[in-house]
Formats: sequence, structure tokens, C-alpha cells
Amino acid sequence: MSDAAADNRSIKPKPGKELPQRIYTWIDHRTGLDKLLHQALDAPIPGGARWSYVFGSGLLFILLSQIITGVFLALYYLPSADRAHTTIAYIVKEVTSGAFLRSLHAYGSSAMVILLILHLTQTFLYGAYKNRRELLWLSGCALFVLVLAMAFTGYLLPWDQKAYFATSVGTNIASEFPFIGDWLKRFIRGGSDMGTLTLSRFFVAHVFLIPAAIFALFALHVYLFRKAGAAGSVRPDLQAPRLTTESYYPRQLLMDLGFAVVLIAALGILAHFRPVELGPEANPADTRYVPRPEWYYLPIFQWLKYWPGSLAFLGIVVIPSSITVLFAGLPFIDRRRERRPWKRPVAVGSFAVVLLSLFCLGVLSRLSDRHDHAIAAQLAHQRQETRRFMQAPFEPEMAEASLAAANIALVDPFAAKGKEVYEMQSCDSCHGDNGRGSAEGPKLIGISTKFQPDQLEALLRHPTRKMIDGGMNAVVVNDQEIKSLIAYVNSLK
Amino acid sequence: MEAESKTFNPGTTQPSSGQFPPGTNSSDRRSFLGWLLGICTLSVGALLSVPLVRFGLYPLRVKTTETSWSDLGDEGKFALVTSPVRRLITVEHLDGWRKAVFQRTVYVTKGADGQTIVLSAVCPHLGCSVPWNEAQGQFICPCHAGVFARDGKRISGPPPRGMDTLETTIKNGRLMVRYQYFRQLVRTKEVVA
Repeated sequence: MSDAAADNRSIKPKPGKELPQRIYTWIDHRTGLDKLLHQALDAPIPGGARWSYVFGSGLLFILLSQIITGVFLALYYLPSADRAHTTIAYIVKEVTSGAFLRSLHAYGSSAMVILLILHLTQTFLYGAYKNRRELLWLSGCALFVLVLAMAFTGYLLPWDQKAYFATSVGTNIASEFPFIGDWLKRFIRGGSDMGTLTLSRFFVAHVFLIPAAIFALFALHVYLFRKAGAAGSVRPDLQAPRLTTESYYPRQLLMDLGFAVVLIAALGILAHFRPVELGPEANPADTRYVPRPEWYYLPIFQWLKYWPGSLAFLGIVVIPSSITVLFAGLPFIDRRRERRPWKRPVAVGSFAVVLLSLFCLGVLSRLSDRHDHAIAAQLAHQRQETRRFMQAPFEPEMAEASLAAANIALVDPFAAKGKEVYEMQSCDSCHGDNGRGSAEGPKLIGISTKFQPDQLEALLRHPTRKMIDGGMNAVVVNDQEIKSLIAYVNSLK
Repeated sequence: MEAESKTFNPGTTQPSSGQFPPGTNSSDRRSFLGWLLGICTLSVGALLSVPLVRFGLYPLRVKTTETSWSDLGDEGKFALVTSPVRRLITVEHLDGWRKAVFQRTVYVTKGADGQTIVLSAVCPHLGCSVPWNEAQGQFICPCHAGVFARDGKRISGPPPRGMDTLETTIKNGRLMVRYQYFRQLVRTKEVVA
């Protein structure tokens, strides 16, 4: 359409649509919105709209849901080893709709993996990696890896037993890499052991780095998809003109949105009636704990059991990387233009074998856990611990200094008396609450390591020159009181 | 071979013509579907935003930072005090998912009008803990010799004002006090956090 013709039309708006039409045209003249919408909504789908095409946009929808729920969760969450668990418990037990939103987020990650499998199965079966779609396929593979990385990094953040130990096992696998394995493990963990640094870098990866990569690759993926055009139906064959073609809008868009509604309804119902539980806080010293990864990692978990010791390299590195390379390199290996699945036995057959094997491995993993009595018992015990933690009311974190104060009275009444003397004599005005020190006076915590009690008594009754110059006065109290004061000061932590 | 190299006839749409929205022709069914779609999406969005908004606005509806009232004991016990009585109270400060518990010294005494009042032991001069001197019948701060009367009023010395009174209330017959910190070195009582 020529610009003149377009301008003419804008001068004569359609009756009954005057204002919206004019606003739309105003925006279009300044942004080129019309062309953009046209490209998005009128994209042709050879062979017409199909329900089997909804998984790609389903993934986008869940991604958006994860971003939104993730941002809201981050309003209350803190990624440090001493705070992470408390803040998640706060979200789940105290904040309105906290359990619901967290469950949406957790189930959303499982939904992402399911949709990934459905989407890549559909594109694989339809041969939608063929005919100059190599880069599209590769960007999709990269997105696959990134989504799995999101699931892995996010899993650690609650810092409960499950999170800690599952990630411990997962990061240990990194050390199987040839040459750089140990270095890689220490890089990922932020040290040789799992700790607060692991949590920090996993958080940064989960919130900043991987999402940035996902946005970039997603943009590329959609651009390449629209450039190549939807591959569409495999029928009847390569004589393209006989295909009827439909535009994306309205039917496919309707199907995509309908699927999105189904997805969110399913997630919402699941999150409401079966909220995700938080287990007790990570205890690295618990050697009895039996970690199990999320369901989508179970096949790999089972697979690793078959490759002990020296065979580990073969099973963990060689075979998986070969499969990965074959899968990612598919458009370069399979150069035939044939897209009908029944005419591609090798490709479809090997895909089915891999998928089926993964499924069987997952089932085997579950079965073997059930049949091993010791493990089954420990897993049941762990589930019980989780349930017990969930039912207990929220316990706020006790701020440091206050704990000592609260404990003194409970532990030693004599030292508690000493605390009263400490305050009566205004020792706290220079030496601070609970002896923590201030600008005016040094901290008294740990003083028992420097002076014996009788030395302390002497110093208190007769301060040295240096002490007097610093502002210290002699402590004038009776013997009982000074002994209780010393008992208190020695107990300070 | 592929879509971009052949001209296609979608059969269901017209090319862009500045129509609103694009991709529609004059068919009423199509625009109706479009609006139905929009409404469904909006309602799902609206439904979902309810828990999100309630989640985000939680601290506006529930008090997430507060200092609890401390229990001093049976109100009747303090009715007949003549001299200030020293008490150690336990104060709980709730801050989101954190809780700080600490102990502070206060004095229960009688005000000028004979009402029971509670004084903070923190000297308004430089924060030392002020003891009651029974022999002299006065509060005497050991740091810089600030002197206060039995009702906390300033008598002499560097402190800029008298000892600070704390908010009290009677709950179920018990005397409750709300512990607060006040700015030092100023003439008027100002709460600090």
C-alpha cells in the first residue's frame, strides 16, 4: 500500500470506529505499529492452525509467569546461608498468598520442563529443524540448556535439606569433567564446599545472568522463526502450493491463549490445593540425609548409578555429550528435505528410543528407591520432617546480641545477677550492651581468655593508669557483687 | 520452497490496510472473537493479580515492624510506691522475619500529680544508666553528675531535660510499658526510631 493511499484512508475514518481508529492511526504513523502487528498476527501457517503448535507460546507464557512470581518473591527473599531459609519460611507461613505464589513458581519450573519436552518433540516430529532452520534449532537447544540451568540454580535458593544436598550432588558431577573438573566445581560452588558463597552466585545466575541470556536467545529464536516461516503441516508433501495456509490470527492465537488459560488454571489449582512444602533448614552435618533431585533430573540420577569408578568418564561425559552433539547438530546431519515422520525412521526411531529410555530410567529410579527398605524408610522420615516443619508456626530469626541477653537468665542466675550489677554501675554506657564494646570502651566479650577471675577483680578494684586515662573508674561494689559481675562478663559471647 | 519465496493467499485475511485491528476483515465474527479473547485474557490477568497485589502489599496491612509492650507486673503493686522502683523489662522488637529480644532498666515511680509513671534509665545527656540514690532521695548520674528528682524532673547538671517518661497502659490489671529510645543532648523529648 502506498503511503498516499494510507493517508487517504486515515482522513476518512470508518463510521462507528472513529476514535479508536484515529488513535490507532496516530500511533501507527509514529511507530510503524501496524506493520509490526501485521507481521505478528498475519504470519502464515501452511496447513492451518493446529493445537500441536501451542507449546512454543506456552513456554513463553510460563516464562512470563515465572518472571512475575519471581520478582514478587524477591521482595522478601534474602540469598545468604543464614537468612535464606528464614525468609522463605516467612513467605510461606506469614505473607498473604505467599505459599500460593511460591508454589506457582515451583510448579511453573516443572511446567517449563514438560513444555520443553513437548515443544521439542513436536518440532522434531514435524521436521521443523530442516530447510534453513539450523540456527533456529541451535538457539532452541541453547534455550533448553538455559531453562534447565534456571531450574538447577533456583532449586538451591530455599536452602532446606533437599536443596542443599541435591545441589551438593549436582555440583559434584561437575568435577567429572576432564581436566577442568575440579576447578569447575570450585567455580560453581564458590569454594570447595557448599556454602553462603554458593548461594550468592546461584542467586545472581538465577536472577540476572541466565535470564539475560534467555531474553537474548529468545528474541533470536522468535526472529529466526518468523524469518524462516512456520514449517506447518507435513502433509501432503513437498508440493507446497497445494497446502492451504492460514494466518496466525485468529485461530492459532486463540489456541495459544486457550492453552495458556489451561496452563495457568492447572498451575493455580495445583498451587492452591497442594502447595509446595519447605523442609527444615539445611544441616550439612546430617550424614543420614538421602538427597533426590527434581523429577526431571531423576533419569540422569539413575543413569549415573550404572557407571561407577573408572567407567564414570564414559557414562557421565562421553555418552551424554555424544547424544547432545548429535541432537544439537541434527539439522547438519539430517539434510534430507523429507519432513513426514513415517518417512524418517532413523531420526524418529532414535528420538523415540532416547525419550523412552529417559522415561524408563526415571521410573527405575523411583522403583529402586521404593524397594530398598533402608532408603525408603529414610525418604519417608524426610517427608515426615518436612511435614512437621510446615505445620510449626513461623519462628523469627533472633537478632544476635539479644540471644545472649535472653540466654543469660536461663543459664546462670549468678551471672544474671552480675548483669544487673553491670547495668547499675553503668558499665554498659562505655562497654556497650552485653559487653560488645563501643567508641568509648573496648569489648569485653572473650575477656576470660585474657585474665583470670582474680586478675579481673584486681583490675576492677584498682584500674591501671592506662585504664584511668581511658575513662575507666574503679568499681565500688561488695565482694558478692563483683564476683557475680565477673561471672557475667566471663559468660559473654 | 518455503513460505517466504511464494506468494500466499491466506484465504482468510486481507493485507494490511490500516484497518483496526489488522488481520481482520469486515466479518463480525472475527472481531467478536478478538474481543472475547481480549476479555478472557484480561479476566485471567485480573484474577491472578489479586494474590500478587496482596502479596506485595502485605506490609501495609499487617504491622511488620513493631516493639512489643513489656509487662511490669500487677498494677496494684505499684500503687503505694514512695520511692522509684527499679525494674528490668524484656523488650521484643519484631522486624519482618527478625526478632530482637533485649532487656532494659526502667524505674516505676510517682509523677508530680501522684500518678504512676515509668521512667527510662537512660540519661538524656549522654546515655549512661542512671541509678536511684535512696540516701539522697535523687537520681544521680555517675557519668557527669546530672541530678534528677524522684519524679524524673531535672534538678541540676549537664542533662538538657529531665528523665524521659515512657508510655504506659493498664491491660488486664497489669502495668504495661512501651520501651522507646530518645535522642540525647536535646531539650525536647524526641523518639529515635
